[in-house]
Amino acid sequence: MQQQKLLSSRSLIVVAVLLAALALLPTMASRYYIYLVALMMVTGLLATSLNMVLGFGGMYQFNHAVFYGAGAYAAALLTVRGGFNPWWGYLLGPVMAAALSLLMGIICVRLSKLYFGMLQISLGSLVWAVVFRWYSFTGGDDGMHGVPSPRLIGSIDGAYYFVLIVTVVCLALMYLIVNSPFGRVFQSIRDNPERAEAIGVNVHLHQLIGLVIAGFFGGVAGTLFVTVEGSVFPDMLFWTLSLEIIIMCLLGGWFTFLGPMLGAGIVVSLRAVVGIYTDYWTMVLGIILMLLIFFLPEGVLGFFTARLGCGRAAGEGD
Amino acid sequence: MLSVQGLSKSFGPFLAVADANLEVARGEVVAVIGPNGAGKTTLFKLITGQLKPDGGRVLFKGQDIAGLSPHRVCRLGLSLSYQVVNIFSRMSVFENVQVAVLARRRQVLRLFTPAAHLAVDETWEILNSVGLAEKAAVTSGTLSHGDSKVLEMAIALGNRPELLIMDEPTAGMSPEETRAAMALIRRLNTEMGLTILFCEHDMELVFNLAQRIMVMRQGRTIAQGTCDEVRCDEKVQQAYLGGHDHA
Repeated sequence: MQQQKLLSSRSLIVVAVLLAALALLPTMASRYYIYLVALMMVTGLLATSLNMVLGFGGMYQFNHAVFYGAGAYAAALLTVRGGFNPWWGYLLGPVMAAALSLLMGIICVRLSKLYFGMLQISLGSLVWAVVFRWYSFTGGDDGMHGVPSPRLIGSIDGAYYFVLIVTVVCLALMYLIVNSPFGRVFQSIRDNPERAEAIGVNVHLHQLIGLVIAGFFGGVAGTLFVTVEGSVFPDMLFWTLSLEIIIMCLLGGWFTFLGPMLGAGIVVSLRAVVGIYTDYWTMVLGIILMLLIFFLPEGVLGFFTARLGCGRAAGEGD
Repeated sequence: MLSVQGLSKSFGPFLAVADANLEVARGEVVAVIGPNGAGKTTLFKLITGQLKPDGGRVLFKGQDIAGLSPHRVCRLGLSLSYQVVNIFSRMSVFENVQVAVLARRRQVLRLFTPAAHLAVDETWEILNSVGLAEKAAVTSGTLSHGDSKVLEMAIALGNRPELLIMDEPTAGMSPEETRAAMALIRRLNTEMGLTILFCEHDMELVFNLAQRIMVMRQGRTIAQGTCDEVRCDEKVQQAYLGGHDHA
């Protein structure tokens, strides 16, 4: 009867080394790479937030990018149109995304798997259409540019460190949630909602809370994007981005905690490289997806954890 | 403890349960028998809230629970162990049972406490009592059929029910596993004081375990009584025991 720790000592060392490398990056790398790594972290945080409901809750959240866009737009609008201090934008952006997630969740949560996903897409497209058409307020398809950042994080290095810190804090929080009773029960709902209901779990309530959590962290990723780019545009809410982050989760390994982060890293860097040679990035993505389904159904990280026999990421350690 | 009165349920034109009546007293082991398609599983699902009855009453500890949602029924102290293995297949055996214990303790909405520190002792206790402790770390989807059926029971026990309903607890088990399961069920009744309601095709097991039997046919209760009473009942012999299928 061993007492289980939240992180094994081996993974602690890996995490520490990784964090040190990320912290030192701006002293060694060029501006472009700092920007690229910051974008990887933002996208990775977005994919991880999606995976909270997708991989750990078994919910087909097909429109997760909407909460990314909602967080970003809320932050940008509060700052530019509302004249608030940007810090307020960063604080309220995720809250708005969570509120939107709650609203859409209440409408959709009663539906079963695929129907849930379909209705989510339609509602998400509705939000996208509003943002896309409302020129006077959201800037329409041009989006909004030159959204001011607080002076403290105005430089690229400042933005990078801000993204790094917020991402690490958010990942730690999500890791706690996945390994909490809430997370355990969420996984049991993923495996078998009928049985979860039969052992006394209010499944719909649990799923709704899960959706709000995922929406919140998706919104955090959105505000971080504003920090890095200084702009927002309607593509951030479009369903193609939603699909792309689903692919990131599958690619990295959706039953592992850090898989989506890895998947995001791979996709973002591949796009940066491939983009130099061809415009047909989506075709490359399609090929990756096919190879993935045939050869790595558990994703990259899922494949390696199974191979190395170090057990499941969120499972019970020795 | 449990009283089912005139319960009925139809699926479209098909009358699955027409007039089911059942009495279970605290501490009893009661079996429901009947040919395939008699409505036994439907009856259990109606009692536990997974199906909503069209008519009739289900009284549990004096409270009418007909039509209540499953998680509410469960919280009143009534758990179901399924006929088809119905577990959380990607999670470990330990986690499967722990989730049920957490649900009973109403700790499922805790977001930031590590689950590894909660409900641990009680989960081990249950795993030890059913003999699954050695397989605690195994992913439950990879268990043998017999072990999954035992896990199935262990999950139901995690709710610490007062009344445990088991839908064919030994279906598909080897003779050896069946004997072990029988001993376990008896122990749950005598040592832990659990009231048990189950259905089963294995007549030897039924007459061995049950103190009283209810017989169903085409959705209706046709007899109810002690083993001897039921064995001697003419309608039962005609409908069931005299048949070639199960005698």
